Amino acid sequence: MKFSILVNEGPYTHEASDTAYQFVKAALAKGHEIFRIFFYHDGVNNGTRLTVPPQDDRNIVKRWSELAAQHKLDLVVCIAAAQRRGLMDKSEAKRNGKDADNIAPGFRISGLGQLIEAGIQADRLVVFGA
Amino acid sequence: MSEESAGGTVKKFLYVNRKAPYGTIYALESLEVVLIGAAFEQDVSLAFLGDGVYQLAKGQDTKSLQVKNFSPTFGALEDYDVTKLYVEEEALQARGLSAADLVVPVEVVSTQRMAEIMEGQDVILSF
Repeated sequence: MKFSILVNEGPYTHEASDTAYQFVKAALAKGHEIFRIFFYHDGVNNGTRLTVPPQDDRNIVKRWSELAAQHKLDLVVCIAAAQRRGLMDKSEAKRNGKDADNIAPGFRISGLGQLIEAGIQADRLVVFGA
Repeated sequence: MSEESAGGTVKKFLYVNRKAPYGTIYALESLEVVLIGAAFEQDVSLAFLGDGVYQLAKGQDTKSLQVKNFSPTFGALEDYDVTKLYVEEEALQARGLSAADLVVPVEVVSTQRMAEIMEGQDVILSF
Protein backbone atom coordinates (compact mmCIF):
# COMPACT_ATOMS: atom_id res chain seq x y z
CA MET A 1 0.00 0.00 0.00
CA LYS A 2 1.10 3.56 -0.64
CA PHE A 3 1.03 5.78 2.45
CA SER A 4 1.36 9.51 3.01
CA ILE A 5 2.05 10.79 6.50
CA LEU A 6 1.12 14.07 8.17
CA VAL A 7 3.02 15.06 11.34
CA ASN A 8 1.32 17.91 13.21
CA GLU A 9 3.39 18.20 16.38
CA GLY A 10 7.00 19.07 17.13
CA PRO A 11 9.58 16.76 18.67
CA TYR A 12 9.67 15.83 22.38
CA THR A 13 6.62 17.76 23.66
CA HIS A 14 4.26 15.35 21.90
CA GLU A 15 4.68 11.70 21.02
CA ALA A 16 3.20 12.27 17.54
CA SER A 17 6.55 12.47 15.75
CA ASP A 18 7.85 9.33 17.54
CA THR A 19 4.71 7.41 16.64
CA ALA A 20 4.85 8.58 13.03
CA TYR A 21 8.50 7.48 12.85
CA GLN A 22 7.72 4.03 14.25
CA PHE A 23 4.74 3.71 11.89
CA VAL A 24 6.87 4.62 8.85
CA LYS A 25 9.62 2.19 9.87
CA ALA A 26 7.10 -0.62 10.37
CA ALA A 27 5.34 0.13 7.08
CA LEU A 28 8.64 0.09 5.16
CA ALA A 29 9.65 -3.16 6.87
CA LYS A 30 6.40 -4.70 5.63
CA GLY A 31 7.19 -3.62 2.08
CA HIS A 32 4.79 -0.67 1.89
CA GLU A 33 5.62 2.53 0.06
CA ILE A 34 5.82 5.94 1.73
CA PHE A 35 4.89 8.57 -0.84
CA ARG A 36 5.64 11.58 1.35
CA ILE A 37 5.91 12.74 4.96
CA PHE A 38 4.55 16.24 5.44
CA PHE A 39 5.29 18.34 8.53
CA TYR A 40 2.73 20.96 9.53
CA HIS A 41 1.89 23.20 12.55
CA ASP A 42 4.69 22.75 15.16
CA GLY A 43 5.57 19.59 13.24
CA VAL A 44 7.95 21.75 11.20
CA ASN A 45 10.25 21.79 14.24
CA ASN A 46 11.10 18.16 13.49
CA GLY A 47 13.22 19.59 10.68
CA THR A 48 15.70 21.76 12.58
CA ARG A 49 19.26 20.42 12.66
CA LEU A 50 20.03 22.56 15.75
CA THR A 51 18.38 20.30 18.31
CA VAL A 52 20.78 18.85 20.89
CA PRO A 53 18.87 16.33 23.02
CA PRO A 54 20.59 14.67 26.01
CA GLN A 55 22.90 11.84 24.96
CA ASP A 56 20.81 9.17 26.66
CA ASP A 57 17.68 10.25 24.76
CA ARG A 58 16.62 9.55 21.18
CA ASN A 59 17.58 12.16 18.59
CA ILE A 60 14.27 12.65 16.81
CA VAL A 61 15.51 14.98 14.07
CA LYS A 62 18.60 12.91 13.29
CA ARG A 63 16.46 9.78 13.24
CA TRP A 64 14.20 11.27 10.54
CA SER A 65 17.23 12.41 8.48
CA GLU A 66 18.79 8.96 8.66
CA LEU A 67 15.57 7.17 7.75
CA ALA A 68 15.10 9.55 4.81
CA ALA A 69 18.62 8.85 3.52
CA GLN A 70 18.22 5.11 3.95
CA HIS A 71 14.87 4.85 2.15
CA LYS A 72 14.95 7.96 -0.08
CA LEU A 73 11.95 9.40 1.78
CA ASP A 74 10.43 12.75 0.80
CA LEU A 75 10.32 14.85 4.01
CA VAL A 76 8.47 18.10 3.33
CA VAL A 77 8.18 21.00 5.75
CA CYS A 78 5.30 23.44 5.14
CA ILE A 79 6.72 26.80 4.11
CA ALA A 80 4.01 28.94 5.73
CA ALA A 81 4.22 27.07 9.04
CA ALA A 82 8.04 27.09 8.85
CA GLN A 83 8.25 30.84 8.29
CA ARG A 84 6.11 31.47 11.37
CA ARG A 85 8.35 29.27 13.49
CA GLY A 86 11.83 30.14 12.20
CA LEU A 87 12.68 27.06 10.17
CA MET A 88 14.77 28.05 7.14
CA ASP A 89 16.80 26.57 4.33
CA LYS A 90 19.52 28.58 2.60
CA SER A 91 17.35 30.12 -0.08
CA GLU A 92 14.53 31.00 2.35
CA ALA A 93 17.04 32.62 4.72
CA LYS A 94 18.43 34.68 1.87
CA ARG A 95 14.99 35.61 0.57
CA ASN A 96 13.90 36.79 4.02
CA GLY A 97 17.16 38.57 4.88
CA LYS A 98 18.08 36.18 7.70
CA ASP A 99 21.67 35.42 8.70
CA ALA A 100 21.30 31.67 9.20
CA ASP A 101 19.48 28.57 8.11
CA ASN A 102 18.68 25.51 10.20
CA ILE A 103 17.02 22.84 8.08
CA ALA A 104 18.21 19.29 8.74
CA PRO A 105 19.54 16.98 6.00
CA GLY A 106 16.85 15.13 4.07
CA PHE A 107 14.14 17.75 4.69
CA ARG A 108 12.91 20.23 2.10
CA ILE A 109 10.64 23.26 2.40
CA SER A 110 7.62 23.50 0.13
CA GLY A 111 3.98 24.54 -0.01
CA LEU A 112 0.74 23.10 1.34
CA GLY A 113 -0.07 21.87 -2.15
CA GLN A 114 2.39 19.07 -1.41
CA LEU A 115 0.09 17.90 1.40
CA ILE A 116 -2.97 17.88 -0.86
CA GLU A 117 -1.00 16.03 -3.55
CA ALA A 118 0.13 13.53 -0.90
CA GLY A 119 -3.54 12.90 -0.08
CA ILE A 120 -4.43 12.46 -3.74
CA GLN A 121 -1.52 10.17 -4.64
CA ALA A 122 -1.51 7.85 -1.63
CA ASP A 123 -3.92 5.03 -0.83
CA ARG A 124 -4.01 6.25 2.78
CA LEU A 125 -3.07 9.54 4.43
CA VAL A 126 -2.29 8.93 8.10
CA VAL A 127 -2.36 11.92 10.47
CA PHE A 128 -0.23 12.04 13.63
CA GLY A 129 -0.89 14.67 16.27
CA ALA A 130 -3.27 17.60 16.78
CA MET B 1 -14.99 6.50 -3.94
CA SER B 2 -12.39 8.42 -5.90
CA GLU B 3 -13.00 8.98 -9.58
CA GLU B 4 -10.97 10.03 -12.59
CA SER B 5 -11.84 13.31 -14.28
CA ALA B 6 -10.27 15.16 -17.17
CA GLY B 7 -8.04 16.99 -14.71
CA GLY B 8 -6.87 13.85 -12.91
CA THR B 9 -7.99 12.04 -9.79
CA VAL B 10 -10.79 13.63 -7.76
CA LYS B 11 -10.97 12.45 -4.17
CA LYS B 12 -13.35 13.26 -1.36
CA PHE B 13 -11.43 15.40 1.15
CA LEU B 14 -12.90 16.10 4.60
CA TYR B 15 -11.32 18.68 6.89
CA VAL B 16 -12.28 17.97 10.50
CA ASN B 17 -12.14 20.99 12.79
CA ARG B 18 -12.21 20.10 16.46
CA LYS B 19 -10.55 23.01 18.20
CA ALA B 20 -11.63 26.47 19.34
CA PRO B 21 -10.60 29.26 16.93
CA TYR B 22 -8.15 30.91 19.32
CA GLY B 23 -5.88 29.57 22.04
CA THR B 24 -4.07 27.38 19.54
CA ILE B 25 -3.19 27.87 15.86
CA TYR B 26 -4.79 24.65 14.59
CA ALA B 27 -8.02 26.23 13.37
CA LEU B 28 -6.29 29.01 11.45
CA GLU B 29 -3.72 26.71 9.86
CA SER B 30 -6.47 24.22 8.98
CA LEU B 31 -8.29 26.95 7.08
CA GLU B 32 -5.04 27.75 5.24
CA VAL B 33 -4.92 24.14 4.02
CA VAL B 34 -8.54 24.38 2.84
CA LEU B 35 -7.80 27.55 0.85
CA ILE B 36 -4.64 26.16 -0.78
CA GLY B 37 -6.32 22.81 -1.37
CA ALA B 38 -9.20 24.46 -3.22
CA ALA B 39 -6.87 24.98 -6.21
CA PHE B 40 -6.67 21.19 -6.64
CA GLU B 41 -10.34 20.83 -7.58
CA GLN B 42 -11.07 18.01 -5.18
CA ASP B 43 -14.47 17.16 -3.66
CA VAL B 44 -14.10 19.12 -0.41
CA SER B 45 -16.20 19.10 2.78
CA LEU B 46 -15.62 20.64 6.19
CA ALA B 47 -16.77 19.18 9.49
CA PHE B 48 -17.00 21.02 12.80
CA LEU B 49 -17.04 18.96 15.97
CA GLY B 50 -16.71 19.74 19.65
CA ASP B 51 -15.16 23.15 20.36
CA GLY B 52 -14.56 23.42 16.59
CA VAL B 53 -18.11 24.81 16.26
CA TYR B 54 -16.88 28.01 17.95
CA GLN B 55 -14.83 28.72 14.80
CA LEU B 56 -18.10 29.58 13.04
CA ALA B 57 -19.68 31.62 15.83
CA LYS B 58 -20.90 35.11 14.92
CA GLY B 59 -19.59 38.20 16.67
CA GLN B 60 -16.00 37.18 17.29
CA ASP B 61 -13.93 40.07 18.62
CA THR B 62 -10.21 39.36 18.89
CA LYS B 63 -8.92 42.90 19.25
CA SER B 64 -7.73 42.51 22.82
CA LEU B 65 -6.10 39.16 21.95
CA GLN B 66 -4.06 40.89 19.25
CA VAL B 67 -4.69 38.03 16.85
CA LYS B 68 -6.57 38.19 13.56
CA ASN B 69 -10.27 37.34 13.55
CA PHE B 70 -10.33 34.90 10.65
CA SER B 71 -14.03 33.97 10.86
CA PRO B 72 -14.95 36.21 7.85
CA THR B 73 -12.82 33.88 5.70
CA PHE B 74 -15.46 31.15 6.11
CA GLY B 75 -17.81 33.46 4.21
CA ALA B 76 -15.39 33.45 1.26
CA LEU B 77 -15.25 29.65 0.98
CA GLU B 78 -18.17 29.68 -1.43
CA ASP B 79 -15.95 31.54 -3.93
CA TYR B 80 -13.60 28.56 -3.75
CA ASP B 81 -16.48 26.14 -4.44
CA VAL B 82 -16.30 24.87 -0.87
CA THR B 83 -19.96 24.67 0.10
CA LYS B 84 -20.34 21.49 2.15
CA LEU B 85 -20.02 22.50 5.78
CA TYR B 86 -21.28 19.99 8.34
CA VAL B 87 -21.72 20.94 11.98
CA GLU B 88 -22.30 18.43 14.74
CA GLU B 89 -25.73 19.04 16.28
CA GLU B 90 -24.77 17.73 19.71
CA ALA B 91 -21.73 20.03 19.83
CA LEU B 92 -23.88 23.08 19.05
CA GLN B 93 -26.51 22.16 21.64
CA ALA B 94 -23.94 21.52 24.37
CA ARG B 95 -22.61 25.04 23.82
CA GLY B 96 -25.99 26.76 23.67
CA LEU B 97 -25.62 27.53 19.96
CA SER B 98 -27.81 26.99 16.91
CA ALA B 99 -27.31 27.36 13.16
CA ALA B 100 -28.60 30.95 13.47
CA ASP B 101 -25.53 31.83 15.58
CA LEU B 102 -23.09 30.88 12.82
CA VAL B 103 -21.40 33.12 10.22
CA VAL B 104 -22.24 30.90 7.23
CA PRO B 105 -25.05 28.54 6.19
CA VAL B 106 -24.24 25.00 7.31
CA GLU B 107 -25.83 21.60 7.45
CA VAL B 108 -26.42 20.61 11.07
CA VAL B 109 -26.06 16.85 11.41
CA SER B 110 -26.23 14.33 14.25
CA THR B 111 -23.09 12.61 15.50
CA GLN B 112 -24.41 9.43 13.86
CA ARG B 113 -24.81 11.16 10.49
CA MET B 114 -21.34 12.74 10.90
CA ALA B 115 -19.88 9.26 11.28
CA GLU B 116 -21.54 8.24 8.00
CA ILE B 117 -20.15 11.34 6.27
CA MET B 118 -16.67 10.42 7.49
CA GLU B 119 -17.14 6.85 6.34
CA GLY B 120 -17.72 8.09 2.79
CA GLN B 121 -14.45 10.06 2.49
CA ASP B 122 -11.16 9.22 0.78
CA VAL B 123 -8.92 11.61 2.75
CA ILE B 124 -9.62 12.97 6.23
CA LEU B 125 -7.44 15.77 7.56
CA SER B 126 -8.14 16.29 11.23
CA PHE B 127 -7.09 19.44 13.07
